[in-house]
Amino acid sequence: MLDAELRTMVDEVKDGRMDRRAFVQRMIGLGLTAPMATQILAIGGVAMAQSPSAYKPAKRGGGGPLKLLWWQGPTLLNPHFATGTKEQDGSRLFHEPLASWNADGNLSPVLAAEIPSIQNGGLAADGKSVTWKLKPGVKWHDGKPFTADDVVFNWEYATDPATSTTSIGIYRDITVEKVDDLTVRILFKQPTPFWADAFVGATGAIIPKHLFADYKGARSREAPANLKPVGTGPYKFVEFRPGDLIRGEINLDYHMPNRPYFDTLEMKGGGDAVSAARAVIQTGEYDFAWNIQVEDDVLLRLEKGGKGKAIYAVGGDTEFIALNFTDPNTEVDGERSSIKTSHPLFSDPAVRQALALLVDRDAIKKVIYGRAGRTTANFLNGPEKFVSKNTTWEFNIEKAARLLDEAGWKPGADGIRAKDGKKLKLLYQTSINGPRQKTQAIVKQACQKAGIEVELKSVVASVFFSSDVGNPDTFLKFYADMEMLQIPMTQPDPAQLMRRFHSRYVATKENKWQGQNFPRYRNPDYDAAIDAADNEVDPLRRAAFYIKANDVLWRDTVFIPVMHRLKVEASSNTLRPVISGWANETDNLHDWYREV
Amino acid sequence: MSQYVLRRLLIAAPSLLGISLVLFVVLALAPGDPFAELATNPNVPPEVGLALRARFGLDDPIYLRYLHWLLAMAHGDWGFSFVSRVDVDTLILQRLPATLYVIGSAQVLALLIAIPVGVYAAMRPYSIFDQVANTLAFIGFSLPTFFTGILFILVFSVTLDWLPFVYTSDINATGARWLVEQVRQAIMPVMVLGLFQAASMTRFVRAAMLDVIRLDYVTTARAKGLGQVRVIIKHVMRNAMIPVVTLIALQMPAVFGGAIVTEQIFRIPGIGSLLISSILANDTPVVMAVTFVFACLVVLFNLVADVLYGWLDPRISLR
Repeated sequence: MLDAELRTMVDEVKDGRMDRRAFVQRMIGLGLTAPMATQILAIGGVAMAQSPSAYKPAKRGGGGPLKLLWWQGPTLLNPHFATGTKEQDGSRLFHEPLASWNADGNLSPVLAAEIPSIQNGGLAADGKSVTWKLKPGVKWHDGKPFTADDVVFNWEYATDPATSTTSIGIYRDITVEKVDDLTVRILFKQPTPFWADAFVGATGAIIPKHLFADYKGARSREAPANLKPVGTGPYKFVEFRPGDLIRGEINLDYHMPNRPYFDTLEMKGGGDAVSAARAVIQTGEYDFAWNIQVEDDVLLRLEKGGKGKAIYAVGGDTEFIALNFTDPNTEVDGERSSIKTSHPLFSDPAVRQALALLVDRDAIKKVIYGRAGRTTANFLNGPEKFVSKNTTWEFNIEKAARLLDEAGWKPGADGIRAKDGKKLKLLYQTSINGPRQKTQAIVKQACQKAGIEVELKSVVASVFFSSDVGNPDTFLKFYADMEMLQIPMTQPDPAQLMRRFHSRYVATKENKWQGQNFPRYRNPDYDAAIDAADNEVDPLRRAAFYIKANDVLWRDTVFIPVMHRLKVEASSNTLRPVISGWANETDNLHDWYREV
Repeated sequence: MSQYVLRRLLIAAPSLLGISLVLFVVLALAPGDPFAELATNPNVPPEVGLALRARFGLDDPIYLRYLHWLLAMAHGDWGFSFVSRVDVDTLILQRLPATLYVIGSAQVLALLIAIPVGVYAAMRPYSIFDQVANTLAFIGFSLPTFFTGILFILVFSVTLDWLPFVYTSDINATGARWLVEQVRQAIMPVMVLGLFQAASMTRFVRAAMLDVIRLDYVTTARAKGLGQVRVIIKHVMRNAMIPVVTLIALQMPAVFGGAIVTEQIFRIPGIGSLLISSILANDTPVVMAVTFVFACLVVLFNLVADVLYGWLDPRISLR
């Protein structure tokens, strides 16, 4: 098939002259598989089409109160101090970024006048700078104008080490300069294909220079506006009680037409996920509850005749089992899981492959995740254009047993396989969490049938996910053979997520286990794909590099993906929330309304 | 009497110091990291977590941190929350009204039920009233509050739709409506806590009364021809109340603790839920402050109990 012809067809789909299904059917007629056809479409840029906003109200206000329930309430309201998503959610109620991510993984402008592109001159062809045009006439809640100075100030504020911001990683490698009052330019040191990180999404929310200028650096904690935020958002700040309550009221000067819809805003924190779901779905006391990590049959029961329903957003979060490539039981220079060792059992690829065959994703989906999960063979599960179609998974105990037999792992008298005096006994750890413990049990059972003994261990989440150097049970130290967790994918670009497993970032004693490559996986092929993708500006070729990196992880069985997890929220039947798997729940709050 | 109170106060000071030391060491040795969430967030470079730890003094040796804390406390500085970066005393003061309101009402409710029921049951032991009261009391304190709490929610919120089950610390209304809402949202948590308290207290009041009611001086009083009500109130109750006062006084801090569960269920923004969320977030300054407040309450209520003894039985303060 001619390349030009293919591109013409992709363009036709883009313009709406041909629908997706017709395209896929023609590809199949030409001998391609349906997934491959979809892939071509995605890479061709069809998914990047701007989706129109579904916002309907024709006037500002009049929508009454909006009541949100977060079972862990935000504890601070400065976006630069936010440690977790709930903090980002809280500060995003009042502070806005230049643009935010919609459900399709595309950008929509908030404080920006337009999204930079090569066509409008916003993006430099060499990938080394991006120019943002700001929306004119935007005012802070106290009436002061929002200008390029504010944007530049946020960069200075965040990058000052004495301020101790959590956003320093986003801003420290770039330079931000003012072009004129309504234009800023971001300069990158090298070609940067993923340019929409700074000032974008909940982590890129902007605070006003005139209230924070005196509190840059060591005095950052003393700024009164930390607790009484003055932003540009659709709702003005009224009251804040950390961990408990945030109240806001309509901003009548808001810069988007006919928005916002609601007159007041309340975000209540505390409690647990089940009762949050109940307050929205069953009794209708609240309009919306965040992050409902509840088993699906509970939700289905609540939904019967209720006042609300569960809604889902597709992102790229993957629950996976990581295999340790180093030996957790041997100490070298006072360090376990040292890269000077290799795992005595996993150094045989057959063992890793056998394990991958022993994870029954279908059962795990049926019993645990229900509508909130999708089975997958990939580590990288979104956005669509980066998802590999070259991989498959299967659950097959006989095949696993055969694989082990062929590799010389013979069952001993106790039924446990062994080879050269090494028994197939594995320690499998995870954080304490209902669904995770159930998954552990399902995997353990299958392993037993195949002659692998698995010991289960679960660690309190606050320890497991901590960076505490003094604690042996953190996932970064990985003093076990297998561990199960999820690394949240916080942006619709795989660069950050995939870079973690570059051999440069192996977690060791030397870097106080702050390196993010906890399986201690080292493969020059993988490193090369990641390095190439980091500097590749052509989106098609870049996507190909990430698909390759994912396939390398799959081939080497570094991770056994268990489930592609969706975001689950509870919403009242009348509310029309705008949720994206690539954004925080409050990131598109200006577009929320109620259908009466 | 004043000397007696002074003596008690002098004992209280070193015990508080000792308690604070133990609390601090336990918290410092406990696993966890207030910046744990940073570790899984690929947006945040690992150095940030390390820098924050260093900046907030988490990497200093324990004795140094304790001395810092003690000195600051002496100046009335409770420190600030690592997680919300708000001063700890502000946080506690924000949470105190809800706790006092709900716990206080529950305690009053418990007393209003326990004392009359306990006294009346003791006056007629093994009567039908006594048997029913006893059975109910046994059921009452056998059911944990997390169970009754959810039961109440299912009955009164979900099925009947009478009461809200999410407590709002700041009701968006004024005047009479505010008052009505305030009462409505507190009914369930107060009932759950109050009935639980009342159940055990009833048993206690009854037992204490029974101990006294058979004593010779009571018989003497009756023989002198005093009326039943007078005997019970003036002669029996005053003496029977000594152990009851101890129980109530020593239970006060425990009630703050026991309310943690109830606060969590009904989302009451009280001290208990502050403690829970701070423990989960490893926010040591807040955990330290709240547990220390609990310790102070224990010591304070002990003192109150001691003083009340002295008043109920003047012989005690002379010893």
